[in-house]
This record gives sequence, C-alpha cells and structure tokens, in this order.
Amino acid sequence: MSITETDFAFAGGAVADVPVAVHAERSVASRRIVAAFGFWIFLLSDVVMFSAFFATYVVLVDMTAGGPSGKDVFNLYTVALETACLLVSSFSCGMASLGARARSNFMYYGGMIATFLLGAAFMLLEIRDFAGTVAQGAGPSRSAFLSAYFALVGCHGVHVTMGLLFLLTMIAQVYAKGYRADILRRLLCFALFWHTLDIIWVGIFTVVYLLGVAP
Amino acid sequence: MFGKLTWDAIPWSHPIPLFAGFGAFGMVGAVVLFLIFKGYAPYLWREWITSCDHKRIGVMYVFLACVMILRGLTDAIMMRSQLAVAYNAPGYLPPDHYDQIFSAHGTIMILFMAMPFVIGLMNIVLPLQLGVRDVAFPTLNSVSFWLTATGALLINLSLLIGEFAKTGWLPYPPLSELTYSPGVGVDYYLWSVQIAGVGTLLTGVNFVTTILKLRAPGMTLMRMPMFAWTALVSVLLIVCVFPIFTATLAMLTLDRYLGFHFFTNEAGGNMMMFMNLVWAWGHPEVYILVMPAYGIFSEVVQTFSGKPLFGYRSMVIAAMAIGVLALLVWLHHFFTMGAGGDVNGFFGITTMIIAVPTGVKMFNWLFTMYRGRIVFRTPMMWSLAFLVTFTIGGMTGVMLAVPPADFMVHNSLFLVAHFHNVIIPGVVFGAFAGYTYWFPKAFGFCLDEKWGKAAFWCWLIGFYLAFMPLYVMGLMGATRRLQHYDVAEWYPWMLVAELGIILVWIGIACQIRQLVVSFRHQQELRDVTGDPWNGRSLEWSTTSPPPAFNFAVLPRVESRDTYWIAKQRAIETHSLGPEPAYKDIELPRNSPTGFVCAFFATFLGFAMIWHIWWLAALSFIGAFVTFVAFAWRDRDEYRIPAPEVARIDRANRSARLAALAHLGAAA
Repeated sequence: MSITETDFAFAGGAVADVPVAVHAERSVASRRIVAAFGFWIFLLSDVVMFSAFFATYVVLVDMTAGGPSGKDVFNLYTVALETACLLVSSFSCGMASLGARARSNFMYYGGMIATFLLGAAFMLLEIRDFAGTVAQGAGPSRSAFLSAYFALVGCHGVHVTMGLLFLLTMIAQVYAKGYRADILRRLLCFALFWHTLDIIWVGIFTVVYLLGVAP
Repeated sequence: MFGKLTWDAIPWSHPIPLFAGFGAFGMVGAVVLFLIFKGYAPYLWREWITSCDHKRIGVMYVFLACVMILRGLTDAIMMRSQLAVAYNAPGYLPPDHYDQIFSAHGTIMILFMAMPFVIGLMNIVLPLQLGVRDVAFPTLNSVSFWLTATGALLINLSLLIGEFAKTGWLPYPPLSELTYSPGVGVDYYLWSVQIAGVGTLLTGVNFVTTILKLRAPGMTLMRMPMFAWTALVSVLLIVCVFPIFTATLAMLTLDRYLGFHFFTNEAGGNMMMFMNLVWAWGHPEVYILVMPAYGIFSEVVQTFSGKPLFGYRSMVIAAMAIGVLALLVWLHHFFTMGAGGDVNGFFGITTMIIAVPTGVKMFNWLFTMYRGRIVFRTPMMWSLAFLVTFTIGGMTGVMLAVPPADFMVHNSLFLVAHFHNVIIPGVVFGAFAGYTYWFPKAFGFCLDEKWGKAAFWCWLIGFYLAFMPLYVMGLMGATRRLQHYDVAEWYPWMLVAELGIILVWIGIACQIRQLVVSFRHQQELRDVTGDPWNGRSLEWSTTSPPPAFNFAVLPRVESRDTYWIAKQRAIETHSLGPEPAYKDIELPRNSPTGFVCAFFATFLGFAMIWHIWWLAALSFIGAFVTFVAFAWRDRDEYRIPAPEVARIDRANRSARLAALAHLGAAA
C-alpha cells in the first residue's frame, strides 16, 4: 500500500502553538546543571568500579598464600602523610574554585598549584611505598591479597595521576582563555573529581590500612 | 619491535579462518576504496563520520549492528552445520576452531550486535520523543559510537591476525588465565570488549543526563513515552553495572599481563569471584538489552492498536521494578557453585519474582490490544510473535530458577534454548520492530511490507525449528559447546535445528532484499507528512527525516500522548493553530574527536594484545592530546538563522495542512 495516502497525518505544528518562549528557557536545564549532573553520574559509575575493587579486596584479604599480611607491609607513617596531603589538597582545590568564582588570579592559580604539589607529593609517597613493598618481595604476584591490595590502591593512584593531568589542563585553559563559562563548567567537574578521589581515599584508609593493622 | 606479532600470526595453515578473514576484510576494503574513488569520502567525513547529530550517530550504530548480525549468524550456521555432520564423525571444524566460533558468536551477538542495535534506536528516537534538539553531550555521543566500532574492528581482526578466545563468551578463569590460554585469543576479547565497554558506559552517562535533565517544556516524567521510560531503566543499569565489568576485565588483564592472582588456581586466587563479578554485570546486561525492546513493543502495540497504552503507571512501576530486581539475581547463573540452600533459595526466589512485573507488562500489552483496531503491519507482527514466543522462554526461565531443576540441566542445551528463547524474541524481534517502525523517521521512506513479512515468517519459523529441538536435546542430556557426539537420539533433532538456521538466513536474505526494494521504490514509499503510522508521541510531529534541529520550536507538552491530542484538536478545528515565532537555533558543530580517539584506541588495543609497548604508549598519548585539543576549541556550535528555520518548518506545516485538507475532503 502506498504510504502517501496514510491517514490522519498532520498537526506537527499544532503541538507548538502555545507560547513557549518563557517555558522553553526554564524547562531545559542550564548547561552548567547538565554538565555537572552528567559528571556526577560518571563519578557515581566510577565509585561503582571502586566498589568492585573494594569487594574483591575484602574477599581476598586473608589469602596471603603464606606471604606477608597487611600488618607486615603497611607503613602507617607514610599512609598518614599521604592522607594529610590529599585532605589538604581538597581544601586548596576548594580555594581554587572560590578563586575562580571571585576572578582572583592569586587564589585560583595559588590554589591549583598547591593542589598539584600536594597531589604530586601524594603520588611520590605512594610510589615510594609501593617500591619498598615490592623490594621486600611482597609484590602483587606474591599472593592474592597483595594482588587485590596493589590493584585497589593502585587504581586510586592512577585516578590521582589522571586528576593531575586534568589539573594542569585546567591551569593552561584558564591561563589561555580566562574565566569563560565553558571553562568554569570544566573546573566544576575537575573539583568534583578531585573531591571524589578524596572520599575514596578515606574508604581505602579505613578498609585497607586501619582494618589491616587492627589487632 | 613488534612484540609477539610475527608472520605466523596469520593462520596460513587454516583455510577457513584465512579465507573468511581475507574475504571479510577484502570486502570491507573494497567498499572503502570504492567510496573513496567515487568521491564520497568528503561527504562521509562531513555528514557522518564527524557528525554529532544524534540521528546520524544512531543510524551508524544500527548499521554496525546489521553488519555484526551477519558475522554472528555466520558463526551460528557454521556451528549448526558442524553439529549436523558431526554425529559419530569429527565434522569439518576442528575443536580448536569450533571453540573460537562459539566464543565469538556470543560475544559479537550480545556486545556488538544487540547493544549497538538498541543504543542506535535510542539515539535516533529518544531526543525526538523528549522533544529536544540533541542529547546532553553530543560530542561524547560520537566518542561512544566510535569506541564501540573500535571494539568491533578489533574482535573481527582476530579472524585474520592471531586467534580468538576459546573460553566461551565470558572468559571464565582459570581456563582464561595465561597458564591454560597462552595465546592472544583472550587478550583480543579483553581489549575489544573493554574499549567498547567504555563507549557503552559513556552512552549510559549521556542518556541518563539527557532523559533526566533535557525534556521539552511540560514533559514531566509521567508524561514521557514508554520507550523513554524503559530506556531510562536500561541506561541507569548501564551506569550501575558496566563499571563492575570494567573492573572485572581489568583484574583478568592484570592476572594475564602482570602475574596478579585474582582468579588463578595458585597463591590464593579465587576463580568463583570472577563468576560473581562478571554476572553482577552480565545478568543486568540482558535487562539493559531487553528493556528498550519492551519500550519498542509498547510504542508499536499502542500505535497499531489505535489506543493509548493500557496501564501506563503500572508499566512504569513494572519497568523500574525489573531494573531493581535485575541487580539481585546474578547467582542463578551458577547455582552449581554450591553456595548452599539458603543462598540458592534467595536467588531462586528473586529470579522468579521478576516474572511478576514482566507478567504485568504482558497483560498490559494484551489489554492495549483488547478491542483495539489492530493493523497488522510488520512492526506489529514482530510484537505479536514476541508476546507468544517470549512467554515460552520466560516460563523455561522460571523452571531454571528452581535450583534443584537447574542442577539437572545446568550448562545443557536446555539452557542454550532458554536464553535464545528470551533474547531472540525479546531483543532481536524488538530491534527489528523498532527498525521497521522508525525507519521512515530516519530516512523519509517506509520499508517494503511484502518483503518485511516474508522475512518475519522465515525468522519466526526458523527460530522455532532451530531452538525447540535444543530443549528436547537438553532434557536428553546434551551439554552445550559439544563439538561432536555419538548419541543416535540427538541426531534427527540436530538436523531440524540446522533447517531452522537455514530458514533464519533466508529471513536475513529477505531483509536485505527489502532494503534494496524499498530504496528503489522510495518515491512510492515516501513518508510525506512525517507521521506514517498515525503515531502518538512527539517524534511523529516533525518531518521525516527530521531537520538537524528536530523541532523548529520546542514543543509544549500538556499531557501524555501529547502529539495525539494535538492531532485530534487539529482534526476538529481544521487548523494547525498560528505559526510560531521562529528564532535562531544553535546546534553542535561537527567534531572529529570521536573518530580520532577511536583511531588511537584501535592502535592502543592492538598494541596491548600483541605486547607492542611503544605503540601502546604512543597511542595513549595521541588519545590524550586529542582530548586536550578538543577542549581547546573556542566555538563548538553553529547557528541556523530564523528565516532558514521558518522555511523548513513551513514546509512541514504545509504538508500537514495538505493532509488535513485531504481528510476534510474525504469526510
């Protein structure tokens, strides 16, 4: 049958005959909301990924295969320093956000550079810690426990490294283009990302390190 | 320099994969060369490859799915033919090759056929149904598509270079560990699926944001079309479970590449953790596939019954309930693990409970048809076949949900029959219904009915012939993944199943013929008004194909089935209402980001599979630079001036006015 004769086909325009100008602007969410909401959803999915690594770690924590356990390899002194670096970096990241909102170059660049230095210090401490553990013969291929430990903490470390790259890009973007609306949206996403990594670290600190050395 | 890659990676001594590989890539290469020499390359680059238009991206997704279904069905007919001749005989496929074929068949059909198909339809339809101009993140959408295409390319490359996994479509350890699978097969699986999985996850993020944050004015959640609801459940599940899959594959990758011990036999590894993790993704995955199909059936059934959907509110609740329950049943895939009666009982019961909301949906579709004026067009035929066939598959599913019964038929052909019996009528018939239903919206002309119905009957009868015997053989004790057998009672059933797959292939031939015929007769089949089926939701209020901006002015939604109501008002008043005030429209510019990222991702995956570390590092840097370069762009939108918008929309209005006048004259 011929489709051209199909019945009842019209009224496309009729749907839009009510004045829409006012409603249209209000109904579809602003770009800032859309970008931040989408990034939140992405972060939640990232949290789900971490939860898979957490679950695996909890299942495998006692599978030391005759090798060292958490008590033998964790260095709480380093972990405390790492935690301090990350927590303070969340503060400086917040200052950078406020600086961007206030258009204060000093606060923005100062905050971002402080965040970068603290994040890099965290990574250096973590890498040094990992290298020390491996040098003791307690690398990830020693036992399932150590596999799960290196994967969980290392996954967080990879995220921090990506965050540092993100951070450098944001410094460069503001430097080159100023506090433009689209740049500020990205900055918002970066801040969300950085704070989320902090929250995940709190989980790691508790589940891996504190419970790991608990009697 | 080239890691593990040598000339011997090409299967010189295995004629079947060699010819299949050279044949497939030869054909693709020939098509690409033909397009370049014909001068189509700039057009393709401008209008398709770099396009961020959700409709174009959706079409490319569906195209990818259609190519992959040919690959998957080739695997299928090879397996069935092997089993038709391998009674008391070795057959023509050596075990080594047969194992790769069933692994590739499952992986490709689920991840590179069904997923792109439903995501493609969501891309084409959702923004139109929601009454908006595009998805939340158009460029990211293009990245998603091209990463999926990368995965598909890598998995097919394994035909020609190296081998594919011999572990089944989910690479169960310890078989998939380096000790037992030292080749590159599992690595091909890991990297192609991982890369495509990132694309899918980004799609999930994109569409959750689109549905929850971008809707036309007045389109409250409870006014959304049913397809938007089921798509929402599907994309929420993607966001919830694909990260688990990513983590699981990453763990297996670490086991294989760096000697970790997540799932190994040695050093405290726990292989059952892989089953738990992978099915925590894998079971919701089947709902990710089937939920959009439920939405398609809802749209099709109400349109071709000429009635609003029965029990809209209960449909929404049922869809959300299925979404939650989908996360609570994963253990029924391995009752035989031996987790004990309590655990098995819990998961058996949650599994059976899923039948309740599904039953609600079934009855709602039946009541929608009840006393409706049913029009038997091809999409409706697929939906009716789904209702009957899926019910059978669902009932065998409830049988399998009973742990003691499951112990009897675990990993038998009964199971194979069951999951094909839900996925084919559920997802594939749904995808075909959606494909026929929205084809005119995407291309401006309808598909030929005669060939569509011929394809439908071949598929339906072929399906029953191919899979009902598997139930019988499963109860006789035939296990899955057998390469040859010596049980005389099975032999006739194997021949019937072979007949079934041949019929399915005739159905595919009919569908190809349908495309050719419809393309030739597109003038007669043209959808002039944009509303060929007398539809109810907003996608039918714009032209076919829609302009780049979808809607000249964003529609104002006042109720469910808002377009239908506006249409009835227009019939009564014989007018469309006053012309709206047109404004300039801003749309996302094209961007090669997706294509360039996928280009690097292809090399990254290939380099990782073959241990070519320098290339992997280079590709990673390339992908990162692409992202930064994209972020550096100053202008990411272009403007369509108001007079141009007015010109396009006036054409739509005049076509509809003509239809209105035609109706008035007839009345």
